[in-house]
Amino acid sequence: MIEVRNLTKRYGSHLAVSDLSFDITPGKIYGFLGPNGAGKSTTMNIMTGCLAATSGDVKVGGYDIFEQPREAKSLIGYLPEMPPLYMDQTAEEYLYFVARAKGLKKKEIEAELDRVIEETHIENVSGKLIKHLSKGYRQRVGIAQALIGNPEVIILDEPTVGLDPAQIIEIRDLIKTLGEKHTVILSSHILSEVQAICDEVLIIHQGKLVAFDKMENLGKTLSSGNTVEICCEASAKEVKKILRGVDSIESVNVTEENGETCNATVHVGEADPKEVCREISFAFANAGKILLQLNPVKANLEDVFMEITKMDDVSGDSAEAGLLSDVGVPAEKEPTEKSGQDINEISVDDGVDDGTNGKEAE
Amino acid sequence: MIAVLEHELSLYYHSMKAYVFGAFLLVFTGIGSLLYNINASVANFEYVLSFISITFIALVPIMTMRTMAEERSQKTDQLLFSLPISTTDIVLGKFFAIVIVFLIPVIIICAYPLIFAQYGDVFLPTCYGTILAFFFLGVALLSMGMFVSCLTESQSMAAGICVVVMLLNYFCDSLSEYVSSTVVGSIVGMVFVILIVGVLVSYLTIYVIGGILVFVFLALAVVGAYIYDSTVLEGLLPNIMEKLSLFTRFETFVNGVFDVTVLVYDVSVIIFFLFLCVQSLEKRRYNG
Repeated sequence: MIEVRNLTKRYGSHLAVSDLSFDITPGKIYGFLGPNGAGKSTTMNIMTGCLAATSGDVKVGGYDIFEQPREAKSLIGYLPEMPPLYMDQTAEEYLYFVARAKGLKKKEIEAELDRVIEETHIENVSGKLIKHLSKGYRQRVGIAQALIGNPEVIILDEPTVGLDPAQIIEIRDLIKTLGEKHTVILSSHILSEVQAICDEVLIIHQGKLVAFDKMENLGKTLSSGNTVEICCEASAKEVKKILRGVDSIESVNVTEENGETCNATVHVGEADPKEVCREISFAFANAGKILLQLNPVKANLEDVFMEITKMDDVSGDSAEAGLLSDVGVPAEKEPTEKSGQDINEISVDDGVDDGTNGKEAE
Repeated sequence: MIAVLEHELSLYYHSMKAYVFGAFLLVFTGIGSLLYNINASVANFEYVLSFISITFIALVPIMTMRTMAEERSQKTDQLLFSLPISTTDIVLGKFFAIVIVFLIPVIIICAYPLIFAQYGDVFLPTCYGTILAFFFLGVALLSMGMFVSCLTESQSMAAGICVVVMLLNYFCDSLSEYVSSTVVGSIVGMVFVILIVGVLVSYLTIYVIGGILVFVFLALAVVGAYIYDSTVLEGLLPNIMEKLSLFTRFETFVNGVFDVTVLVYDVSVIIFFLFLCVQSLEKRRYNG
């Protein structure tokens, strides 16, 4: 649906987006993740034709956004970070203008406006001036604007910023329903949001794509892996002894001990946390100790995000230089120069290798 | 383009701007008519138009300041750029909306000579010829204002710069008397003007090299002219300044001459500034 190839955007000497490449396939909800200033908005602006790229290509439905902007843009509905609304118009007039600009015929417009107004639930406010609407409704009008003409791709730049919790949930539900009919790309720096809505996640850091994978796969790439939290009536020593008998456990970390009970975090690595829970439960039962809590914790996006962005900092610095000189890899084969999933795997592997190589060197 | 045009018109008539513009123009025409046609009993409506042309200095900035500056500050330009319409469509749509807002009071003004004709001898051809030139003058100035609005994010800044541009244009003719008309003075002045043109070209278009080329080319032309025949350069700068002023050219019509070259000049100014509008928007899209 969307192909991005070697996209680079430079503002003077500042490199906002660096050699970005990825493919968006139809029918999924994609999350664009990155800290503030990572290049999310810039990338989205380029993908929608609002900005020109310094180099690289973006193709939407086979049309180049720079060469055939009309065709490409008609496949995209875009809601920028700040909803682009004309405050002196009513929501209906505003949507009418967008529909006209998207080339809809006058006859079709009424039905189309009814459809998007219904879909975004703004029936009650469509006759009001936009400047009198609350932020949540403005956001909805912005989304309604993106939906006009039923484009195949909907791109939303931080759609929930500045909304109250109830509105955030409403907008999220709306986005989920949009995902049933459209390909949705949304950017956010709120990790839980992406985790709640998206099928696949792209993580951008310092203008580079550092990870692009399905939600569930991203957890596996964590070097720390999944963990299980336990709380039991035993001493730290006893806990370690009992758990030594469970093969699938990598390490045990006692976090709290207060006479009667003991809390611990168990790292299970690649193993299935559920299976490990079962084994832990048996082990405690066999030892005659009481297990009060057993809580499998799936690696969350926050951990992945922190680890990946941190790793990138490290790999950009001395650690990678050390690795490259160790293995003798030419400098231009930097892992970050590659695209898509490769980057993810490589950079994570590199991170691990970095450590081991470093140790070997020592 | 039609979509942008409709939308702009709706915005103009949603706010007070279009009404204020029309009302002011008509009020001043009324005052002018009172002074010249009624009090002084002169049958020439042209003098009224000449008198009210000074109001453009205030009215043009009011009309044009929001054109692009507001879009930029409200970030609505992102919507325009993401819609399947070209930058030229955007600029033309906005331009024709302004033209229509201006055309409405001008049509009302067209009734004035007819009313006066009921009570005396009015030579209608010069009246309507001058109204036509007045319309072209207004549109040319509005296109300049529109371009100024493309340059900045703040509406007040756009209005301020626009007033200065209008004033310079208005007083260009009188100022030209004070400019040195010697050969050396002309060369220095011309090189300075060419430098500004070069900087503007490279600032506004996406080609920096273009500005340098324009500068080099024009500078060479001046030097060439000096070598070929230095008398050509005598009084060149004041002459150019005189010729540049849209207001001065309009006076030809007021004096009762239907001069097509004036209209052609107005149209070229319009096309030139619309082109610059498109270029500066494209440039912004390129630079973010």
